[in-house]
Amino acid sequence: MDTYPPALQRLTDRVAAARSDNSALDIRGGGTKSFYANPPRGALLDIRELAGISSYEPTELVVTVLAGTPLAELEAALAERGQCLPFEPPRFAANGTVGGMVAAGLAGPARASVGPLRDFVLGASILGGSGEVLTFGGQVMKNVAGYDVARVIAGSWGVLGVLCEVSLKVLPIQPAFRTLCFELDEAAALSQLNRWAGKSVPLHASSWHRGQLYVRLAGASSVVNGVTLSGGREVSPQAAQVWWADIRDHRHTFFELTQVKLRAGDCLWRLAVPDTAPRISLPGEQFIEWGGGQRWWRSAASAIEVRAAATAVGGHATLVRTLDKSPGAFSPVSSVSMRIQERLKRSFDPEGVFNPGRLYPEL
Amino acid sequence: MSALSSVLPPHCILFRREETQPYECDALTAYRQLPLVVAIPETEAQVVAVLKTCHDLKAPIVARGAGTGLSGGALPHPVGVSLSLAKFNRIIKVDAAARTAVVQCGVRNLAISEAAAPYGLYYAPDPSSQIACTIGGNVAENSGGIHCLKYGLTLHNVLRVRGYTVDGEPIEFGSEAPDCAGLDLLPLVVGSEGMLAVTMEVTVRLLARVALAKCVMASFATVEAAGAAVAAVIAAGIIPAALELMDKRMTAAAEEYVHAGYDLEAAAILLCESDGTVEEVEEEVQRAIDVLQAHGAVRIEISRDEKQRMKFWSGRKNAFPASGRMSPDYMCMDSTIPRKRLAEMLRSIEAMEAKYALRCVNVFHAGDGNLHPLILFDANDPDEFHRCELFGAEILEASISVGGTVTGEHGVGVEKLNSMCVQFSTAERAQMLAIKAAFDPAGLLNPGKVIPSLQRCAEYGKMHVHRGALRFPELPRF
Repeated sequence: MDTYPPALQRLTDRVAAARSDNSALDIRGGGTKSFYANPPRGALLDIRELAGISSYEPTELVVTVLAGTPLAELEAALAERGQCLPFEPPRFAANGTVGGMVAAGLAGPARASVGPLRDFVLGASILGGSGEVLTFGGQVMKNVAGYDVARVIAGSWGVLGVLCEVSLKVLPIQPAFRTLCFELDEAAALSQLNRWAGKSVPLHASSWHRGQLYVRLAGASSVVNGVTLSGGREVSPQAAQVWWADIRDHRHTFFELTQVKLRAGDCLWRLAVPDTAPRISLPGEQFIEWGGGQRWWRSAASAIEVRAAATAVGGHATLVRTLDKSPGAFSPVSSVSMRIQERLKRSFDPEGVFNPGRLYPEL
Repeated sequence: MSALSSVLPPHCILFRREETQPYECDALTAYRQLPLVVAIPETEAQVVAVLKTCHDLKAPIVARGAGTGLSGGALPHPVGVSLSLAKFNRIIKVDAAARTAVVQCGVRNLAISEAAAPYGLYYAPDPSSQIACTIGGNVAENSGGIHCLKYGLTLHNVLRVRGYTVDGEPIEFGSEAPDCAGLDLLPLVVGSEGMLAVTMEVTVRLLARVALAKCVMASFATVEAAGAAVAAVIAAGIIPAALELMDKRMTAAAEEYVHAGYDLEAAAILLCESDGTVEEVEEEVQRAIDVLQAHGAVRIEISRDEKQRMKFWSGRKNAFPASGRMSPDYMCMDSTIPRKRLAEMLRSIEAMEAKYALRCVNVFHAGDGNLHPLILFDANDPDEFHRCELFGAEILEASISVGGTVTGEHGVGVEKLNSMCVQFSTAERAQMLAIKAAFDPAGLLNPGKVIPSLQRCAEYGKMHVHRGALRFPELPRF
């Protein structure tokens, strides 16, 4: 058996203790996404001691980082070398960690053009139910040796093990950005976005809310500045930066759900649907991102109604902010898929100690 | 046999030796095995019936597409059913607005781009075998291609896979929405080499065709200089659409085969492609040329037009058949290493050529660090074959020791089972076997591939020390 550095050894001991008395662990970094997913339970397992950038090779476009590293620290290190995490991970508060980012698998406005966080995970080390640190994937761009376990860890909300270290693909920051704003109703905005996407317009991000469509272009300056999209108003770079960051981090007023509103039954829902899904009609207010693929709803509609609306167009709905998570944060999956997910969970975590219930009661 | 004939019409079952022989291997012809029976269903209901029948009888099932795989992933099982999905070759839908295509598993890779072309769209992953290989096989192997440096592998371009579990239950992975609820099983299934489920239908992402593509061909006086130039291009913040390296012997063979106009004096050539809008391409080509020249390019040629660009690529895409002219047989390795170690790795391979008294030519996805050394040998000479296997294993282990992986895009199949023992610890392999069991508790889907048994590794370990270093490296191991 390998010997681990002290911080990792302490985590290993905590896991061993939890396994021996079958108790639950609430794996946590900065706790900035505790409100997301289903409520955590169990004894707190703080991973922030396991921090630091293990290796960063700007020329290889790869960074390997311990899970407890503050996301802000990683992003600053990358920015210093003109690189970034292209999927724009949300920061709901200042002290999020890289581990929390990967476990939640969330992405910001650029997701629509660059792909999900999962696609940037090259390798991961997890502390699994066996009590050993297991490493899957690696630090190279292409790797099909064995099952791609590292990418399943992305968005698994910690139910498969304690993420210890992750290798991420990074990219150069785009040389030029430009944001434009259009006055368009929902249907026109959605069809316009899909038309642009089919035509090599360097679309990087989009948002639609209350009749205003914002689009961000990114790429080589010759391309970004050469594009003519008629009818659009230029947004100043400073205002644009604030605009997209506010959407990414849920600081935009749309996402503000006061206690009063929450008590009145308002909830924040995230509907992930195909880009070309028709207009979704629910009581409340909508905010669209990702070229139509991510539709936020502030609604008092029942979980059944919201989920039915998402399912009807081939998507699913996540109950993000609410006073009552009893309907479950995530849409149910098919019984065949759930059977496999349960077996997977047991294979990684036979005693069920890692974040039980965070994803589904069965996991 | 009799169970299968109750669920399939007679013409969908092959069992005579002369009928099953074409299925005895994939494109890794060094490994051959006659299947007990080949089932060629024509409807999904028949696929389900075959799966259920095999499940009841505990008979192994090896799904296959076009059989172009390079690692023996579709090698039949001696007492199993080879399930050919070649008849599922229909493009169900090209949705221009959504930029997606829904295709059956047996549709050829290139046929997707052909169907999408009228809408100004295409499917990006382009493995060299794209005229023949099927999307189902691409999903099984997570296939790459020369353009995956910029556009990603199969996983990055597939939204949804619909198929069946080993016991014939319908299941979907991924979604046409940006993500799906629950654990994301799509990355497990893509690249699972037919071990977890049977793929029937795939939704792929299509991209808008670029306005312009230009290919820069750069010659280098040494292979090391070319390797260093690759790292320099990436370091300069350029992500070319493709960045490929061919060494002198490969260039000569490819030139003889397709007359692409390659520089035959160069020790190595790089093919560096830019695509995008006209302005973008002009800008990137100039930046790339500056970097290549600063790093020792002795000759530069830029494709004048589409015809010449295709010509530049024709030799690269035909590298494997061209190698066939150099030697009766060749074995293609597929490891990926950090780009900065390319030059050093190429030197090591050169030393191994002398050690094993076999020639090796290099042609590979340099931008990704994905090597494809082709070891030339004669399969009729058992000693050559054995030396070739050892040569290959040493390349893979050298790759692991510089921080790489034993396979970048061809898969483990049967070929790299031993190398998996070196790359992964016992606990890691045990976890992978447990993942297999979560999908396929009875172990019937393509058994014996990808994840070596713990026993196999224990035996292999008697010759090897874990993670790299050989015990008694000076001793010949025959």
